[in-house]
Amino acid sequence: MIAQSFQYESPGSLSEAISLLNKYGDDAKILSGGHSLIPMMKLRLATPAYLIDINGIPGLSHISEDGGIVRIGSLVREAEVEHSDLLAKHFPIFRDVTKLIADPQVRNMGTLGGNLAHGDAANDHPAVMLALRASVAITGAEGEREVPIDEFFFGFYMTAVQQGEILTEIRIPIPPKGTGSAYHKLERKVGDYATSGAAVQLTIGEMGVVTAVGIGLTNVNSVPLRAVRSEEVLLGKPLSEETIALAAQYASEDCNPSADLRGSEEYKRHVTGVLVKRMIHKAAERAMQ
Amino acid sequence: MNKTINVTVNGTKHTLEVEPRLLLVHMIREVLNMTGTHIGCDTSSCGACTILLNGKSIKSCTVLAVQADGKSITTVEGLAPEGGPLHPLQEGFKENHGLHCGFCTPGMLLRAHELLEHNPNPTEDEIRWGISGNLCRCTGYNNIVKAIQWAGAKMRGEETPSTEPEFV
Repeated sequence: MIAQSFQYESPGSLSEAISLLNKYGDDAKILSGGHSLIPMMKLRLATPAYLIDINGIPGLSHISEDGGIVRIGSLVREAEVEHSDLLAKHFPIFRDVTKLIADPQVRNMGTLGGNLAHGDAANDHPAVMLALRASVAITGAEGEREVPIDEFFFGFYMTAVQQGEILTEIRIPIPPKGTGSAYHKLERKVGDYATSGAAVQLTIGEMGVVTAVGIGLTNVNSVPLRAVRSEEVLLGKPLSEETIALAAQYASEDCNPSADLRGSEEYKRHVTGVLVKRMIHKAAERAMQ
Repeated sequence: MNKTINVTVNGTKHTLEVEPRLLLVHMIREVLNMTGTHIGCDTSSCGACTILLNGKSIKSCTVLAVQADGKSITTVEGLAPEGGPLHPLQEGFKENHGLHCGFCTPGMLLRAHELLEHNPNPTEDEIRWGISGNLCRCTGYNNIVKAIQWAGAKMRGEETPSTEPEFV
């Protein structure tokens, strides 16, 4: 399969990339890892007239810690996320999630920024970022703005990134001691999108009380979904089988999965509940280590 | 508008003028006439087109040739010198019946190459996860896993495991 013809640009700086995006407008697409975009171009579901390859832009490939925040450049590859000791130290969830994203070759190309900016609720990092309460830096001609992850996803393939802008950094607050995180998705085979997936981060304070909680769900809604009622039922009290069961039940009730080859709506709701329950247990175990 | 790119393929430098939409795998097979790299699914699922781009295994059906500008590529043709001894991975696949039809083999070899570079003594589980992006429809994978273990031992300078076939 061959993509429709396009003009290829490989800017060497962020400002050059942004001016190209402004110049070409809707006819341009950003090429990052390319493992969602190039397949779509080969199928001619995407036919950009201009392809702006941002891979040559310096300063977008860092993973660093700074003032209680972990900063991840948008060009950081999934494989780098997978093997980062800094990320593993604060967020064990990244080892869980990256292992389940596509396969090793795809992870050598695919980027964290692309996984979010693609705006697909079937991707795995959106739910993780909801659980970790991340924010996203978006840079345009006017400079940079920071958008909380809850205001980032608008609809199918639609995010807060506007024409002429590039997602440049992901910022995640480092949680206090006593925090654990975990992710799992049900997939039919390696590289498949999630039938359902659940990301959980929990902080357990004195007397076992849950002092902070984030729960994100993958591929069971038109946009990545925060399980609000599930979070509320856990917050401010000690974890118990009863609250965990309620959190799982609320997640299965509040999601909106569509029936497809991966399963019926009822099945996906059930799986979502099971995954939320298991990930709460796993995150809590890690919080207490 | 065509673009001029410089790529080093198996140690040889090439300057090529390519259409931006040319896929890397087509550049390798049809421009450079190196047909060791196979096209299987053409959808980045099967791993038959796996090559090394700056030492990292990637699926060349989902990368544009222009993205390889200034980079170095290793294909199966570059694993061993022509007429010279086989690479330990190739020897391992040969000794352990790690292939039947051979269609997936070039991709398996290049993927295993990066795996052993990062993890010279992988467990069976790590090998199976490591080749999870490469499909083989003949072997059932057992002998591929054994071939990679065998190559790992040889590359570590250890005694290689017995190559008695396993009947399952």
